[in-house]
Amino acid sequence: MAEASIDSAEQVRNARREAIGVALATSAYGISYGALAVAAGLDIWQTCVLSLVMFTGGSQFAFVGVVAAGGVAALPSAIASAVLLGARNIAYGIRMSPVIGSGFWRRAGAAHFTIDETVAVSLAQTDRRARLVGFWVTGIGIYIGWNLSTLLGGILGDVLGDPKTWGLDAAAAAAFLALIWPRIKQRQAIAVAVGAAFVAAVLTPVVIPGMPVLIAAVVAVVVGWFNWFSGPKEKTA
Amino acid sequence: MTLWNAVLLAAIACLALKGIGYLVPPSVLEAPRPARISDLLTVALLAALVAVQTFASGQDIVVDARVPAVLVAAGLLWMKQSFLVVVFAAAAVAALLRLLGVAA
Repeated sequence: MAEASIDSAEQVRNARREAIGVALATSAYGISYGALAVAAGLDIWQTCVLSLVMFTGGSQFAFVGVVAAGGVAALPSAIASAVLLGARNIAYGIRMSPVIGSGFWRRAGAAHFTIDETVAVSLAQTDRRARLVGFWVTGIGIYIGWNLSTLLGGILGDVLGDPKTWGLDAAAAAAFLALIWPRIKQRQAIAVAVGAAFVAAVLTPVVIPGMPVLIAAVVAVVVGWFNWFSGPKEKTA
Repeated sequence: MTLWNAVLLAAIACLALKGIGYLVPPSVLEAPRPARISDLLTVALLAALVAVQTFASGQDIVVDARVPAVLVAAGLLWMKQSFLVVVFAAAAVAALLRLLGVAA
């Protein structure tokens, strides 16, 4: 009993440390979003409103990316891309709902913080309390950091120049890889990850931005439905 | 449509999407098949994002400085380095390769 609770406290500490690291790194590439948004023609308020209200990085990058390429004429497809990319948060919400627990305000707050990073940090933990701590510390940390760095990026945009010069596009890719890393230990998860990455890459030139990621999710549905690649050791889900 | 209309519409739509998942009754996930699928969905979405962030430039697939940067990130993850180290190392690799003119 005592041993179990020490173990749990240790896991909670680890979750907190991991959450703070993820929040700091994610916030750093918020500068890149702010700079890109202003370069795309959004004013500083519009740039900040997207970070405060939309608060889901993939959709925000997609929105400003499409506006940058197509201007006002492209606004409907900018909205469509943001919504398509944001649709993955539905899957995250379903998964997080039982972890978060009950209470309207708690669930409403959790819904706003339901993004790639918070879900990944939370589900990488095994202890129930560590999952909650991982979720909330990551969520609150990124919300504060992402909005501050958005403002900073928007103001500094002209000074910084192209965010690619600073490798911020590679940072975003590495961040997603680091988030998925603890999740790909079992054969089934590895198969799904490889399949989904392949599908997304192949579809990129064919369909509008946002769609490749959503269609890649079908890989998880098919593999999960038929329980393919389930390893002999896989007993716990 | 003004830029403001589009910003607000897209922001509110994305906010609503986040809420939808929480309206699905948790009992749906009690059966093994939906539980397995919802677990694998998060893996598939993250993996697809890695691919798109690494290779996509608009609707083109390109191999540029992001690829070696992500490979370095994978190596560091293999060596159990922290998230911060991994992300900053990837940014540094891409920035350096571009500075030296080795990769686009």
